[in-house]
Amino acid sequence: MGHLLSYVFEPGFFASGPVHTAFAVGTVIAVTSAVVGVFTVTRGQSFAGHSLADIATTGGSGAFLVGLNQFWGYLAFGAGAAAFMEMIGVQRRRGRDVATGVVLGAALGLAALFLYLGTQESSTTGASFTILFGSMFVLTPSTVPALIVSALLALATVVMLARVLLLSSLSPDIAAARGVPVRAVGAAFLMALAVSVALSAVIIGAVLSTALLIGPAATALRLVKGPVKAAVTAAGLGVLATWLGILLAYDSFYWPPAGRGWPVSFFVVALVVGSYLLTYLRSRDGRAVVPESQDPEHACSVA
Amino acid sequence: MSGELLRLDEVTVRLGGREILRDVSFTIRPGEFTGLIGPNGAGKTTLLRVILGLQPVTSGSVLLDGSPRSARDTSIGYVPQKLAIDPDMPLRVRDVVSLGVDGNRFGISLPSRARRARVAEMLAAVGAERYADARIGELSGGEQQRVMIAHALISRPRLLLLDEPLANLDISSEQGIVSVLARLARAEGVAVLLSAHDMNPLMPVMDRIVYVAGGQVAVGSADEVVQPEVLSRLYGRHVDVIRVHGRILVVAAPEGFDELAADAEDAGVVR
Repeated sequence: MGHLLSYVFEPGFFASGPVHTAFAVGTVIAVTSAVVGVFTVTRGQSFAGHSLADIATTGGSGAFLVGLNQFWGYLAFGAGAAAFMEMIGVQRRRGRDVATGVVLGAALGLAALFLYLGTQESSTTGASFTILFGSMFVLTPSTVPALIVSALLALATVVMLARVLLLSSLSPDIAAARGVPVRAVGAAFLMALAVSVALSAVIIGAVLSTALLIGPAATALRLVKGPVKAAVTAAGLGVLATWLGILLAYDSFYWPPAGRGWPVSFFVVALVVGSYLLTYLRSRDGRAVVPESQDPEHACSVA
Repeated sequence: MSGELLRLDEVTVRLGGREILRDVSFTIRPGEFTGLIGPNGAGKTTLLRVILGLQPVTSGSVLLDGSPRSARDTSIGYVPQKLAIDPDMPLRVRDVVSLGVDGNRFGISLPSRARRARVAEMLAAVGAERYADARIGELSGGEQQRVMIAHALISRPRLLLLDEPLANLDISSEQGIVSVLARLARAEGVAVLLSAHDMNPLMPVMDRIVYVAGGQVAVGSADEVVQPEVLSRLYGRHVDVIRVHGRILVVAAPEGFDELAADAEDAGVVR
């Protein structure tokens, strides 16, 4: 039995400092992203989330170029973009298609330039990878408190606004007639969304950050009906995907090509997408499927 | 307070240089069922938005119980015209009704037995208990209307505003909604102001009509208001009122059809 378990938890897993940090930060960020994600999907703002992620990529690569931690770049550009979107009203469902497309293309183009210049200068090719696809194992310890505090603030904002957000997604007019400052509430939510995209960008990369935001929420909304249940389920799924992702990434160090672990972001995103597909199949043929239950065994057989 | 619940005094609304409402005055008494009748584009929605405080007035005043309406006032319930609800929206019917209690508050609410009982009671009152656990986006238009009426009434308002609740409903849903509203208005003592472009389904339950056309109103009982002279003055052109098979049809002459139209334009009436 102990022998078997050692295949699941490879040697040194529980003693590793980066693993501890990854678990702590990953858990908090997964919960925040999932709960913010439920409201993002409810409000039909998944596209805004994706736009923020693209623009955060520019911020992260710019921060790297000038020698700052990427998180501050993600946060500054994400928050700036959120404020801009609020001003021109891009966040309304698919509003202003073409303008948005052009701006996002420009943002990623700038990101390419910043990454090129940054990696030429310091010859750390891993940086591009970390910015685009993240890594929970190379978190800078000094930013950990900032990450956790930001995550808790975004989570608290959304929980405080939960009822007014739901009422204004149901009908902005009813909400306004009952004295809800609809515009301000929308702006506060967009800010929380920007923060949570920046946080996901740190752990699974700017390009993939919406996976942790939208994936667990979309899956939860297929599985359960009420808003509270959806938020709790999404948080559970997000945390599970993050934990299993960390475990699999650690174990993958022993997988081919040996000596190099697979990226943790790959596992997290694969698990998130996998669980969504399972609920999709389930709703199609009415068969109950427990999401992600087979994954630990999968790890065994490959190892 | 006896007398009046709502009072509009010479309300005028101008939007982008266009006069939407001109010198609109009427009152609504507690428990009264009032039909806000008029053709599409007459200003019915604007009038409801003025009463709700969503549309500022250019001049005139709106008084609720003798004083201007304050924000966060729960004494007016509102059922908007059309809800654009995604089938995926994670709100069950009972969540929607529950949001009627405290959807305007910050923070979280703990589930309570009293709350659940009140929600169930409202769902039963509008005949929506059968789909209480369905998602709001999965329901038909008539079913959504019932749920939104329960949502609006759960905070025990004294005035309920409904914007075209009968639009796009089949005849049996239409009659269902009207009878639910009439019954609840009597039982809960709520005054109802309901907008519609067709007055016929409302004839059995309406106490009074506020007829809107060309941004102006005529107020009174159906017999007083639905008269060719009154409506011709309102529309600014010749109007016939035809009673056939127990239904009332209001037929306005096409613009430019007779000299009344020309007179009206000379007088500056905005159609």
